[in-house]
Amino acid sequence: MRKVVVTGLGVVSPLGVGIEKNWNSILNSISGIDHIKAIPTESLDVKIAGEVTDFAIDDWVPKKEQKKTGRFIHLALASAKQAIESSGLDFEKEEGLRERTGTLIGVGIGSLRIIEENAVRLHNEVKRLSPFFIPAVIANSASGQVSIKWGLKGPNFSTVSACASGAHAIGESSRWIREGICDVCISGGAESVISALAFQGFHAMRALSTRNDEPKKASRPWDKDRDGFILSEGSAVLVLEEEQRAKKRNAPIYAELVGYGASSDAHHIAAPEPEGKGASLAMEQALKSAGVAKEEVNYINAHGTSTPAGDVAEAKAISSVFKDHSQKLWVSSTKSMTGHTLGAAGAIESVISIFSLRHQMAPPTINLDNPDNEYNLDFVPHKAREGKLNIVLNNSFGFGGTNACLLFKKYS
Amino acid sequence: MSIEEKVTSIIVDQLGVEKDKVKPEASFVDDLGADSMDVVELVMAFEDNFSVQIPDQEENNIRTVQDAIDFIKENQKA
Repeated sequence: MRKVVVTGLGVVSPLGVGIEKNWNSILNSISGIDHIKAIPTESLDVKIAGEVTDFAIDDWVPKKEQKKTGRFIHLALASAKQAIESSGLDFEKEEGLRERTGTLIGVGIGSLRIIEENAVRLHNEVKRLSPFFIPAVIANSASGQVSIKWGLKGPNFSTVSACASGAHAIGESSRWIREGICDVCISGGAESVISALAFQGFHAMRALSTRNDEPKKASRPWDKDRDGFILSEGSAVLVLEEEQRAKKRNAPIYAELVGYGASSDAHHIAAPEPEGKGASLAMEQALKSAGVAKEEVNYINAHGTSTPAGDVAEAKAISSVFKDHSQKLWVSSTKSMTGHTLGAAGAIESVISIFSLRHQMAPPTINLDNPDNEYNLDFVPHKAREGKLNIVLNNSFGFGGTNACLLFKKYS
Repeated sequence: MSIEEKVTSIIVDQLGVEKDKVKPEASFVDDLGADSMDVVELVMAFEDNFSVQIPDQEENNIRTVQDAIDFIKENQKA
């Protein structure tokens, strides 16, 4: 059977631009959450977010393209560039490679900010809208722009499954490689919805934390005082490649993607199924697809968004899938530092999972001062922890009751 | 800033081209790398900056830098 390995990585998140900045922040338990800077917040109920503040757009997106593309596309282009460069792939030199390379970047929503600006313009001032309005905001434009920039001619679309979009993208495109549809895939997630529409919309669902005075303490998965997630922006891209091909060209192999599971809660449009049955099913499928026993999993990079209901349902699901072993493995939520990047989350957390394997370090759950821990899991509170990590599970769950789990293995 | 200078600066900004390429006879599509969507956006920028209305049917007649300058001058006079 064709195996799938990860040969390139790129990331842009509230913790910074690039793998090194992100990993250093995680090792030092640094939060990327702060007061919102990109838009006025006087009329908003939520005034905190995880924004990418050190993004020098001119380094990543040609001037002419900047105004024609939403910020989620800028972030996707930046993480794709990092990933492709780190993979050493040369689409110019290697004949036929472009035809064998797919692009699948998951996006949960698209550019709500540009939608909002254009709606206001339409109703207040003029009838005429920019011809770039639609392509700048639609979710699959991130994949589209990446495929155009590098001339990638394999399959190209986007997975749109809310907060699981990035994980679905990586999981589904790994099947393209397994099934021989392509040999390489530029896979990941991107999201930037920083806008009044997004904050007021998510707040209407009572989904967001309103800890406006203490942004760095607002994202606190499994803590008794958690009060919702923090809206963040970001992107991460992985280069997935068929193993033999990667070995033949002496590619850097960061990890093997061994398993993928997906399921549906079939329960409620926003609330998780309280028993975590859908989440359990996806975790079990990921293990089964990899032929990995549950006892082999060392660390779970959890979905853990810091919402009252979601965190409990996930802990319950982990406990029910892993049984006794749930007491031994480590579980943490890096959203305690990045906040929730929605469609990018599964991809950013895949990058973090792979780095945990490479550095044999489990990231911490910061702000976990008073654990709400009915199932007695080890949430790696406050500080990163060194340990022997061979297999890491990455969970992503989204509105609509959608679940996607990825299983990464240390490559040797 | 003269109309010519302002038009040039808008084109440089919108199309991301070098200033010295923006000659009066330069065609947006053939010489300055614009596609049909770029031209629509360029025309919108002229409308915003010069407070003129450029009807859709007139858009097709504005193909070069000089066409734009002429249209703006005529319509600002009126």
